[in-house]
Amino acid sequence: MEYIVLVISAIFVSNIIFAQFLGVCPFLGVSKKISTAVGMGGAVVFVMTLSTLVTYLIQVYLLNPLNLQYLQTIVFILVIASLVQMVEIILKKTSPPLYQALGIFLPLITTNCAVLGVAIMVITKEFNLGEALVFAVSTAVGFTLALVIFAGIREQLDLMGVPKGMRGIPIALVVAGILSLAFMGFANLV
Amino acid sequence: MNQWKNFTKGFIKENPVLVLLLGMCPTLGVTTSAINGIGMGLATTFVLVMSNIIIALIKNFIPSSVRIPAFIVVIASFVTIVDLSMKAYVPALHAQLGLFIPLIVVNCIVLGRAEAFASKNNVFSSMIDGVSMGLGFTFALALLGSIREVLGSGSIFNYKFIPAEMDGILVFVLAPGAFIALGYLIAIINSLKKQ
Repeated sequence: MEYIVLVISAIFVSNIIFAQFLGVCPFLGVSKKISTAVGMGGAVVFVMTLSTLVTYLIQVYLLNPLNLQYLQTIVFILVIASLVQMVEIILKKTSPPLYQALGIFLPLITTNCAVLGVAIMVITKEFNLGEALVFAVSTAVGFTLALVIFAGIREQLDLMGVPKGMRGIPIALVVAGILSLAFMGFANLV
Repeated sequence: MNQWKNFTKGFIKENPVLVLLLGMCPTLGVTTSAINGIGMGLATTFVLVMSNIIIALIKNFIPSSVRIPAFIVVIASFVTIVDLSMKAYVPALHAQLGLFIPLIVVNCIVLGRAEAFASKNNVFSSMIDGVSMGLGFTFALALLGSIREVLGSGSIFNYKFIPAEMDGILVFVLAPGAFIALGYLIAIINSLKKQ
């Protein structure tokens, strides 16, 4: 039951983009087409889960016992960056089709603040390992959901007569605002 | 390069948020009030200036294949300094900004300036560039923070100018207001630029 609440709140109620503003850069950058949005979403689910697992274990078994919590930011970002690099190399060797699908999105993920954000969030919220993983997966699913919905709207938006000054990013931001308003409807769900 | 031009570019012409569209996450996340915007802006400015100086100093010793991880370590060190100092001296602001302080590390502006400017220019120009970009970022955050605070809670710098029993347009201090206000702000800048 706790896990269901965790999943619903991470996907809908406090959606990583619409409620917490993490990962807005890739959200605006790769949301022009649905197919790229799905690819990016898949890569984020993969990396976010893996990096949360690794950073969680490092925090609990390395930083906490040695009293090195102040190194958290440096260690986490380095771990995430090298993890992304490693995943890229492994995928390239072992699963070319998957690499074809996710490859170009992987380098972009290092600078996705949602990944580092979730890694830090599970530490500050004092989740256990199971909760941390469920939280990471559902946050990433929430990110993907937001990205795909947004990409669908933007594909339609290309065909609309938007005023000159509003074209491109401004209208996209206003659309994101309206979507965020819609997601606020989930606020009392849990 | 003309240092004065270098200094003024960050405010309007190459404003990191309003023109280059970098660093969207903190821009949207912390601008519920003008004070928060300025606090976040100054914290980022410190990191930007210090990391620009250090990277300009050590750029000749870093092999270019490992430059990005090296830059990230430098940036992350200064972010940790800012994080710990703010926790000690301004705990209220630190609690308000929360997660966004450690996330300065992945702010595209900081790494972007390190890669695009500090790794190619001398220490003094890099420092000026850091100050310029940082203050431009602070300016954008303060502007957006003020707009949202005025519309959303009817106050500016915590001074309430509407009757106490009245509320502002609440949506502007909530998440949707951030997107919508920034969207219109950029639209205004865009149409001013075209003229």
